[in-house]
Amino acid sequence: MKRILLGVLAAGAVFAQTGVLTIAPTTKLVAKRGTTVAAKVHGQLKPGYHVNSNTPNDDYLIPLKLTWSAEPLSVAQVVFPKPQTEKASFSEKPLSVFTGDFEIETKFKVPSNAPSGPAIATGKLRYQACNDRMCLPPKTIEIPLTVMVN
Amino acid sequence: MLKPSRSLFGAAIIAGIIVTACSYSGKEADALAAVKPDKDRKTAPNFTLKDSNGTPVKLSDYRGKVVLLNFWATWCGPCKVEIPWFMEFENQFKDRGFAVLGVSMDEDGWDAVKPYIADKKVNYRVLLGDDSTGDLYGGIESLPTTFVIDRDGRVASTHIGLVSKKDYEAEINTLLNMSTKAAAGGQ
Repeated sequence: MKRILLGVLAAGAVFAQTGVLTIAPTTKLVAKRGTTVAAKVHGQLKPGYHVNSNTPNDDYLIPLKLTWSAEPLSVAQVVFPKPQTEKASFSEKPLSVFTGDFEIETKFKVPSNAPSGPAIATGKLRYQACNDRMCLPPKTIEIPLTVMVN
Repeated sequence: MLKPSRSLFGAAIIAGIIVTACSYSGKEADALAAVKPDKDRKTAPNFTLKDSNGTPVKLSDYRGKVVLLNFWATWCGPCKVEIPWFMEFENQFKDRGFAVLGVSMDEDGWDAVKPYIADKKVNYRVLLGDDSTGDLYGGIESLPTTFVIDRDGRVASTHIGLVSKKDYEAEINTLLNMSTKAAAGGQ
């Protein structure tokens, strides 16, 4: 019983720290040499929380940022969804945020001389989340993406 | 016959713990807002941090004063609601033995903090903290997190998240009106 209780307490603590944003596993990307291919990252926020968009309307706020290490592919463009404009009780001006489910698309260029075969690209999603009463420290989630070059 | 009821009891306890660990209801916020009874207060962990002028500041140097110790960051919206209140408290109560200490948890350090405190004309001492400072206080998992410390250097209340100005005011007044244990001849 003690073990169960400790486990539940530990689970609660972890939940409080990291349970706000969940990233769904990415789908394997088939990349044909000499083309541009797109990968989607699906995020889901816990109800009541928001993350700043990639273009927050205050210099002090930490933007949502997705970067990739994807050799031999290179990033052509990262496309964020249209941000929501929300009025938070703690802010006089509306905030530019994402809430609920959102999807970020990354377009990769596949060089014509890319070696064929499997590769692993790693995305780093940096975000900072708040609810109406508190904010959580900025965090970075690593996103693995399997790529098959042919 | 005993086993099922024990299981039910156990399940109820676990459910209660899950609710306590994972949620943050108004009732809990109210409970956290209250000043702890004297016997339940623990000494606030001491630290030495530098202020914006590079001067080292020890928490223990504030013994004898009521201290509002506020962990915050420039990227934290709810923290910015409280800062004007704390500036007001600093003015209102400093002559009665009160001080506000702001500990910024900004990863970008003074480059981020100095322009902000200059812009907002923050009138209380702001220090730069990090995870090790937070760890002294059990780990600061969200901001704002504020500890109200009595004249004996003990944590009298803890606030996680934004609470009302009235709650702070009431607590500060309560603590300012209490004599120190030393002055009362110990306990």
